[in-house]
Amino acid sequence: MARINLEHIRHAYGAKPKSEADYALKEVHHEWNDGGAYALLGPSGCGKTTLLNIISGLINPSEGRILFDGTDVTHLTTQHRNIAQVFQFPVIYDTMTVYDNLAFPLRNRHVPEAEVDRRVKEIIEMIGLGGWAKKTARGLTADQKQKISLGRGLVRSDVSAILFDEPLTVIDPEMKWVLRSQIKRLHKQFAFTMVYVTHDQTEALTFADKVVVMYDGQIVQIGTPAELFERPRHTFVGYFIGSPGMNVMPAAIEGNRAAVGSESIALNFQPKIAHGAKTELGIRPEFITLGREGMPVAITKVEDIGRHKIVRARFADRPISIIVDEDGEIPAEPRVSFDPKAINIYADSWRVGEEA
Amino acid sequence: MEKTWNNKAWFMVLPVLVLVAFSAVIPLMTVVNYSVQDTFGNNEFFWAGTDWFLDVLESDRFWDALTRNLIFSAIILAIEIPLGIVIALNMPKKGIGVPICLVLMALPLLIPWNVVGTIWQVFGRVDIGLLGRTLASLGINYNYVQNPLDAWVTLIIMDVWHWTSLVVLLCYAGLVSIPDAYYQAAKIDGASRWSVFRYIQLPKMKRVLLIAFLLRFMDSFMIYTEPFVVTGGGPGNSTTFLSIDLVKMAIGQFDLGPAAALSIIYFLIILLLSWIFYTVMTTSDAQG
Repeated sequence: MARINLEHIRHAYGAKPKSEADYALKEVHHEWNDGGAYALLGPSGCGKTTLLNIISGLINPSEGRILFDGTDVTHLTTQHRNIAQVFQFPVIYDTMTVYDNLAFPLRNRHVPEAEVDRRVKEIIEMIGLGGWAKKTARGLTADQKQKISLGRGLVRSDVSAILFDEPLTVIDPEMKWVLRSQIKRLHKQFAFTMVYVTHDQTEALTFADKVVVMYDGQIVQIGTPAELFERPRHTFVGYFIGSPGMNVMPAAIEGNRAAVGSESIALNFQPKIAHGAKTELGIRPEFITLGREGMPVAITKVEDIGRHKIVRARFADRPISIIVDEDGEIPAEPRVSFDPKAINIYADSWRVGEEA
Repeated sequence: MEKTWNNKAWFMVLPVLVLVAFSAVIPLMTVVNYSVQDTFGNNEFFWAGTDWFLDVLESDRFWDALTRNLIFSAIILAIEIPLGIVIALNMPKKGIGVPICLVLMALPLLIPWNVVGTIWQVFGRVDIGLLGRTLASLGINYNYVQNPLDAWVTLIIMDVWHWTSLVVLLCYAGLVSIPDAYYQAAKIDGASRWSVFRYIQLPKMKRVLLIAFLLRFMDSFMIYTEPFVVTGGGPGNSTTFLSIDLVKMAIGQFDLGPAAALSIIYFLIILLLSWIFYTVMTTSDAQG
């Protein structure tokens, strides 16, 4: 178990990066607490796998240092970093039995056979492949194979951290829940540092204590699921987290009022905006009230998704989404009001604080 | 779903059947025809039954040639398969080196058999050949025309030079199909270089290796052109393989009956051995 420090890490796949755009991973400076469960969330190609591979040592960063518990491991090989990693697609050793597959990482490290047997039996029960121990791994289904990959990551008790690279992509939905809760339980039990890459927000939000949202090679926000939901630091976080995502609309800020189209909205703070910045107002569909009072909207579509309805509408000539309770009524002349506490103001896509 | 029977479909395969008949079935049946009859020309045939087969099977000439074939193929496989794997493992996986290596590897495969034979026949000559003269000037007594061992060494080196590339290319194709994640997982699992080979690379190469093994076995067992050009089956009978013997019998001595019988026996041996290899290798595959 270890605390991981990333110090000014940058990485470019090309040999000589010239501009900022050449970096697949822009500067990352961050500490991962010992025993923390982190989710790296972001769209494909945002650099999350690159960051993960830098931690595990499969990639050497172009710049910066990595410390495990204060020791510089930047130039150590993967083997010496004592990391476990589970990949997106199952990696199994076809010719070995399920048992030998799980024992492989331990035997390579010359763990005594009695200890190997104890660990492997424990893991094999945990991943629910007890009856398959003596079978060759070749004939298994994709999710059984992925369970073996997971098992190989979990079998070593002394790892500094376990990294998961979208490990549940190939697993059936119902099995996903089971495996996810098993991983979570194991994390509680053994308190290993865990970094979990995913592009599935549900997975990230249910799984991690802290979610790290990445976008275009940089970390845009690190926070608890609630923070990401209520106070997205960047409009991307607003779009990406939540279903549907946050409504973001251009707004002119004057004092403590924001003007969207011809409507003027009162804010409960006075944002400090640098001159010339592009300003936007963001509000989540959950915090918009649809009723007979407030500002006029034109409803274009209502989607009933069970527990609530999503109302698609046009407000100040821009599309917005509103979440309405299942039995909430939709008036003939609809009007909306925004919860002032839930309004976020963005300047050049970054959230403007209340301090000013 | 109901199966539809449409007998018109048979017409579609007719051209292929005709082609196969002319290219394979009819010539093969002609050989069968010769093998069970005796002829003195003028298209007069006498029934000979299994006489020719018994003649062939009772002759030392046949068994000696067969032994030479088996030894030759065994040596070829023992050298080319491991050597091919080693070279494939060490070929670059990306960059400009890949096309260069692939072209270099493919070159020997593009040379016609008799040209390969001629190249080595000249190369090894003691009077004018680069290899022969160099060895002679180093004081090594090398002469493939007189010494059976030298003749064998020459033929084996020639075949290794000519055909190892095939094994390399097949293995390389198997290797590049392994996703990076496997190597990364192996690193994380702390696998040694040998473990990576044994548990990742070898299992992934198994299928192509089976093909390489069968191709190299069949080709080396049927070798004719190169020894015919280089040694002509000599010195003595030391490099007279079944194929060379067969041609001597059929064209040289015009013993069509025994030659036909030998052809069929030869064919059956290759078929049987290939089937055995295939069965053994695929059943071990199924058991893992």
